[in-house]
Amino acid sequence: MTDNNRGIGEAVVRREDSRFLQGRGQYTDDMNLAGQLFACIVRSQHAHATINSIDGSAAMAMDGVVSVLTHEDFAAYGGVPCGWGVNNKDGSPMAEPKHPILAEGVARHVGDPVAVVIAESPIIARNAAEHVQVSYSELPAVVSMQQALDASAKPIHGDTESNLCFDWELGDREAVDQAIAGAHHVTKLELINNRLVPNAMEPRCAIGDYNSATGDHTLYTTSQNPHVIRLLMGAFVLQIPEHKLRVVSPDVGGGFGSKIYHYAEEAIVTVAAMKLGKPVKWTSDRTEAFISDAHGRDHITTVELALDREGNFLALRESTHANMGAYLSTFAPAVPTYLHSTLLAGQYRTPVIYAEVKAVFTNTVVVDAYRGAGRPEASYLVERVVETAAREMGIDPVELRRKNFIKSFPHDTPVALTYDSGDYAATLDQAMIASDYAGFEARRAEAKQRGKLRGIGIACYVEACGVAPSNIAGALGARAGLYEAATIRVNPTGSISVLTGSHSHGQGHETTFSQLVADKLGIDYDSIDVVHGDTNRIPFGMGTYGSRSLAVGGTAIVNAVDKIIAKGKKIAAHLLEASEADIEFENGEFRVAGTDKMKPFAEIALTAYVPHNFPLEELEPGLEETAFYDPKNFTFPAGTYVCEVEIDPDTGTTEIVSFHASDDFGRIINPMIVEGQVHGGLVQGIGQALLEGCVYDTDSGQLISGSYMDYTMPRADDVPSFSVDTCVTECTHNPLGVKGCGEAGAIGAPPAVMNAIIDALSDYNVRHLDMPATPNKIWSIIHKASAAAA
Amino acid sequence: MDISGEQQIDAPRERVWEALNDPEILRQCITGCESLEKISDDEMKAEVLAKFGPVKAKFKAKISIEDQIPPASCRLVGEGQGGVAGFAKGAAVITLHESDGGTRLEYKADMQVGGKIAQIGSRLVSGTTNKIVGEFFEKFPTLL
Repeated sequence: MTDNNRGIGEAVVRREDSRFLQGRGQYTDDMNLAGQLFACIVRSQHAHATINSIDGSAAMAMDGVVSVLTHEDFAAYGGVPCGWGVNNKDGSPMAEPKHPILAEGVARHVGDPVAVVIAESPIIARNAAEHVQVSYSELPAVVSMQQALDASAKPIHGDTESNLCFDWELGDREAVDQAIAGAHHVTKLELINNRLVPNAMEPRCAIGDYNSATGDHTLYTTSQNPHVIRLLMGAFVLQIPEHKLRVVSPDVGGGFGSKIYHYAEEAIVTVAAMKLGKPVKWTSDRTEAFISDAHGRDHITTVELALDREGNFLALRESTHANMGAYLSTFAPAVPTYLHSTLLAGQYRTPVIYAEVKAVFTNTVVVDAYRGAGRPEASYLVERVVETAAREMGIDPVELRRKNFIKSFPHDTPVALTYDSGDYAATLDQAMIASDYAGFEARRAEAKQRGKLRGIGIACYVEACGVAPSNIAGALGARAGLYEAATIRVNPTGSISVLTGSHSHGQGHETTFSQLVADKLGIDYDSIDVVHGDTNRIPFGMGTYGSRSLAVGGTAIVNAVDKIIAKGKKIAAHLLEASEADIEFENGEFRVAGTDKMKPFAEIALTAYVPHNFPLEELEPGLEETAFYDPKNFTFPAGTYVCEVEIDPDTGTTEIVSFHASDDFGRIINPMIVEGQVHGGLVQGIGQALLEGCVYDTDSGQLISGSYMDYTMPRADDVPSFSVDTCVTECTHNPLGVKGCGEAGAIGAPPAVMNAIIDALSDYNVRHLDMPATPNKIWSIIHKASAAAA
Repeated sequence: MDISGEQQIDAPRERVWEALNDPEILRQCITGCESLEKISDDEMKAEVLAKFGPVKAKFKAKISIEDQIPPASCRLVGEGQGGVAGFAKGAAVITLHESDGGTRLEYKADMQVGGKIAQIGSRLVSGTTNKIVGEFFEKFPTLL
């Protein structure tokens, strides 16, 4: 066993940080290819308008301008595809309007790409874009979902009957209606899950390159899943076969979902590079990102929870409108349906649940998965309605939750999922102690003396990671598989290249995956390299999203390692002149059981590549194995979050004074990385609860929160020093027992924060408050109540 | 966005009406106006350099003058294109009343912005517009 093994459970410092912190990362925009041209996209300034004409002649006349492309240049290609189809209640398919690469006659949101200027420098391209004359005739814009579904509203697409994308349902409606009708108490809430703009630190970027001699295309892009982009763009948009299209996603500075999707800009640079015979680069700026990156959330929901006299949950009913934006982004239909309503049981034994979801087209940027994707919306409505029910019935909110917890596993929920493992009381108990829940009233009283309103809120979330298995996902509308692939390449001297289909854009896979392999093989951590993000180097992959990389991608890696060990045993048996069945592998050594005869891993590797003494008749030389892993089920991380806030009644400002997270992520490989992932998720969840809100002008459809002057991102001084702890129940259906941790914080934090704020405002008779809970909203509530009392 | 107000001007209605139709006077009163010409009795075009917060752009504007009842009232309808900075469009009803030996000018305007100005500077639009309007009426009486 090596001294530098750094296996499972060690808080190894992230190896990728050394290059990131030294500015030595290699992001897409860092790449510059010889002869490269630059694209600037002319985007619609109108939310909805007919495009009468596009005149690029003035732009073309400028020095350094190479080309102006419009819809006609893409007429031969397909539109941007949607990767998940959802059916209506009656079984008919959803409305799936055409999503052209460049607007075809009609622009449907502010930011809709209309034309592309390609020039010798980014500045020339940008200046020339100002000289592209687009003549528009404005059409009425629909921004709100109610407005879009109004009988008088004209469909924003010519090829759909209305602005309704689908009207979907899940669960037993009749049973739920009956249970609610006969219940002792029903709590009903109407709530909005606010629209968010993702804001990854690195804006999107794409470079197209084409070799006319070979017909090979290369796309460098800021993607969370290069193989998926190769599939979507190659097969559905440009008809380029896989062997002629290489997609590379190098270092990527954050994704949070927004870099899962195939975007028009990727097809634009690929086609332009081919037409012009030179590489073409497009780099988004922050302003452009606000109007072209897929947004998140944007649900309007009515939820009802029925309880009996003792507080047992009898039924839950959800009716939601989900904004799709102007077109269907890659996974948009799955987010408010199979990633959302399936989570409505939360941590509870609610016997019957019914959800109906109407997805709606509006003249806004597309909406798709954003950290948590449907599950934050589910957790928010469940935890808000449970909290409200507790207050209405005069039951302690902790005890109401505990009373209804699922206590035995596996548990079949009434909304299609089977939770394999968990211990909800354990995370709750841990959180109660760590947050000193019992001592809260004293802290509230002390705060009151200082003139502050103190509140405590809890949220018990459950989420589902690693959408699986592929056959079930396919039956539910997924148009791709949801497995993961990995190759373990043992090099002749015993070092290892791990080729993974997962993609790291902040998650620290290079560290975690190396730990996995080091642990399994008992070898030096530094002899392992993790390769990701290149379709020409990695056999296949479905990428990173939905907290799937460890549970799905990590399992593919260990399965491939198992194949390496199995082959190594055959080689060792030959060298040690023993039976294969007698060979044991442990701590990096192949040993004949019960003897001191052994061969170290490195010698087996060398023998595989220098097969002078090798069973060539029975075994191929070389030591490289690939595994594809398709999970049997989702994994179900869960936990309890406790948030304490203090509100300044004079200003309405909320300060989060403490936040404790107790999570069950299954087995933990690197506790430091897990803690970092939780911190990041919590900050995003707190951002949604207190600060972030994407606002469109309801009449004109203009995005009026389109920069950091009006869209508030959380900063370090908006969040407390977090207290983070874990409990472990292992996942039962993957060999590592892991569940996933990337999204939990963003799922559990919003209801915890909002429950704390409602608690702090308990003197003001506030039943509900929509996010973001800005100082203005809170001050208005306090001010109105004070005025009424006076 | 609605902008409305009134201004007492120490000059007869006819003179105010005349001045409001004089491109040279208008040019001098509009902050950032680089050119303003009358194309016909009911059409003007102008180039105005305007700054809404961080967005600075030259707007090419076309203004039509409708419902003219000299010297009592008219309606201005305009649209300005600021290239990638976006656009502004709006309409204003201007009414001139005889008052205290001078003229009381009432205006009621409705304005919309789009594109980058809306995205980045929408909160600043009403402030900027009020400033331009304020400066207009500070200058206007001095040129009569």
